[in-house]
Amino acid sequence: MAHTNYRVTDKGYYGDFGGAYIPEMLYPNIEELRNNYLNIIAQPDFQAEFQSLLKDYVGRPSPLYLAKRLSEKYGATIYLKREDLNHTGAHKINNTIGQILLAEKLGKKRIIAETGAGQHGVATATVCALKGLECVIYMGEVDIERQAPNVARMKMMGATVVPATSGSKTLKDATNEAMRDWINNPVDTHYIIGSVVGPHPYPEMVSRFQSIISEETKKQLIEHTGSPSPDYVLACVGGGSNAMGMFYHFLDDEHVKLIAAEAAGLGVNSGHSAATSVLGKEGVLHGSRTILMQTEDGQVIEPYSISAGLDYPGIGPQHAHLHKTKRVEYVSITDAEAMDASLLLSKMEGIIPAIESAHALAQLEKMTFKGDEIVVVCLSGRGDKDLNTFMKYFNL
Amino acid sequence: MNRLKQLFDKKDKDILSVYFTAGYPTLDATLKIAEELQKAGADFLEIGFPYSDPLADGPVIQKSSEVAIENGMTLKVLFEQLKSLREKIHIPVLLMGYANPMIQYGVKEFCKKAAEVGVDGVIVPDLPMYEYEELYKDDFIDNGLSNVFLVTPQTSEERIRKIDGLSNGFIYLLSSSSTTGKALNVSDEIGIYYQRVKDMNLKNPLIIGFGISDQKSFERANQYANGAIVGSAFVKTLADKDDYLSHIPAFVKAIKG
Repeated sequence: MAHTNYRVTDKGYYGDFGGAYIPEMLYPNIEELRNNYLNIIAQPDFQAEFQSLLKDYVGRPSPLYLAKRLSEKYGATIYLKREDLNHTGAHKINNTIGQILLAEKLGKKRIIAETGAGQHGVATATVCALKGLECVIYMGEVDIERQAPNVARMKMMGATVVPATSGSKTLKDATNEAMRDWINNPVDTHYIIGSVVGPHPYPEMVSRFQSIISEETKKQLIEHTGSPSPDYVLACVGGGSNAMGMFYHFLDDEHVKLIAAEAAGLGVNSGHSAATSVLGKEGVLHGSRTILMQTEDGQVIEPYSISAGLDYPGIGPQHAHLHKTKRVEYVSITDAEAMDASLLLSKMEGIIPAIESAHALAQLEKMTFKGDEIVVVCLSGRGDKDLNTFMKYFNL
Repeated sequence: MNRLKQLFDKKDKDILSVYFTAGYPTLDATLKIAEELQKAGADFLEIGFPYSDPLADGPVIQKSSEVAIENGMTLKVLFEQLKSLREKIHIPVLLMGYANPMIQYGVKEFCKKAAEVGVDGVIVPDLPMYEYEELYKDDFIDNGLSNVFLVTPQTSEERIRKIDGLSNGFIYLLSSSSTTGKALNVSDEIGIYYQRVKDMNLKNPLIIGFGISDQKSFERANQYANGAIVGSAFVKTLADKDDYLSHIPAFVKAIKG
C-alpha cells in the first residue's frame, strides 16, 4: 500500500529524513531506547497505567467541540480538538506521561528535558512530581526571563531549572545543553524530548504518544457526523508534536487534506521568521536529518516568532518527509494574523487559545469552503501563558 | 601514502595530537598555530571547523567555535587558508567538526577539497557508522581520507570490532562518556576499560582523548594507548588574541615532559 511511505523504517528514516546523527557517547542511550520502547509500550501493564493516567490525571478524552459561531463565519463545519483542556494546559502532557512510564520501566532515576516557552518543562516537572523522580529542566537564559510564571511552576513542582547560557540562549541551546547532560550522565538518566525531533526513535515515539489526539478525534467525528474522515485537519507546527499527533491516524486517508501552519513571524522574508519549510534547507539538527534554517555555511539560524512554542529552527523529520512528499500542505502565518485569530476565537467562542494554536486558526481566514465541509483544528494549548503578550499587544 | 599511516608505522607510543578551532582567536590564526605546534613537537593536528551547535563539546570549545564564526570562519574560508598548508606543515592533519556544515558544503566536494589541500583524515562526532557506511564511505575512500570513529566506556565489544573494521586511521578512545573539557576520569573502572580495549588487539592504533590536559594525564593515557589528544586545555591558552602563539612551546613541553 502506498501509504506505508509515511511511516518510519526500522533504521529510523522517513524517506530521506530522520536517522540518528549522534555522537558515540549517546549511542548506548539511544540504542537502549530503540531496542525497548516498542515492547514496553505494548505491555498490558504499561498500557493500563498510561490509559488510566490519561483519563483520570490528564482528563482525556479531550472534547471535540463544534464551534458554531466560527462555523457560521467561515461557512464550514468547524470542530476544535480541545487539547487546551488537558491538565497543564496543552498537548505536551500526552508525551511526558508516556515517557515517564517508559523511563520508569527502564529503571531510570533522573529525568532531564529542554523547554522553550516552558510548556514542555512544566509537563515534564508535573510527571516527575507524580512519580517522585529527580527533574532537571534546561531552559535558555533569555526564555527564563520571558517566561517567569512557567519557571515558577516548574520550581513549585520540585524541578531544578538550569539556564542555558551558550549560543543564542533559547530553545535550541537548551536542547544542546540537555543532550550534553545526557552525554555526561549516560546510565541513570532519561531525556524526555518534548517534540517530534531528535535522533530516532524520538520522533516516532513522541508521535505515537501524541497520536491519541487523532485516535480520539476519529471516534468523536463518528459520533458527531457519522464519518471518521473530515475534509480538512489543521494544526500548528514548531517542532511539530501536536501536528503529528493530530495527523497521525489521518495520514493514510488520502481524502483528508492536512494543513500545517508555521510561524512566519514578522513575515516570511522579513529576516524574523520561523517558517522552516519555506526558509530551511536539508541538513542535520539535534540528531536527525531534516529541514532546518541555516546559513550557506551550515550554521543554524535563530528563528523568530511571537509565539515561543513555534520559534524552533527545524521541523521533525517526519514533517520534512510529509512536506517533501506533499502529503501535508505547510502554510505560513504571521504574528499579526495569529494575534487576530486569538482575539477572534476569544470573542466568538469564549476560548482564549495559545498563540501557537492561533496560527492554525488563522489559516481558516485564507480558505474558502463549499459549505458542508468538515474541518478539525487542533487547539493545542490554552492562552493563559500568553496573557502578558496579549496585554501588551492589544493594550488590555 | 597517508601521513597518518606513516606516523603510526614510525611511532607507536607517546604520540601527541593537539586540537584547535580554525579561525580562533583570530581569523588568520589557523596556519600560524599549526606551524607553531609542529615546531613545538606535536605529532599530528586536528583542526576544528566551527559549528553553531556543537553538542559534544564543553564550554571552552563551544566558545572558540562561536568566536571563530563571528570572525568569519566558514568551510570555504578554511579551505582557502589550507591551500598553503603543505608549504610548511609536514605532520598529519585531520579536520574535525559536525555533520551539518559538511553536508551543506557537500560531502563529496568536502572530501575532494580536503584531499586536495593535503588533509589526511576527518573526525565527525555526529556522523555515526550506519550513516557513514550508507551515504558517505565512498567519498572518504575515493579521496584517501581516514575516517575516525569515537569509542566510549559504554561501547560494546561487538561495536568496537565493527568500528575497527570501518576505520583506517586510528580509534579515538574517549576517557569517559562526557563532553570535551572535563577533568580526566582516573577511576579503576576506566583503567579496566582501557585495558579491555587494548587487549582486543585492534588493527587500528588507539589514541585517547577528552580530559587530557597535562603531563600526568598524558602519561596515564599512554600506559594503554599509542598516544593522546589535547583539546580544551590547549584552546584555553589561546584566548589572548594579541599573544596566542607565545604560549605554545611551553604548553607542548609541559604535556610531553
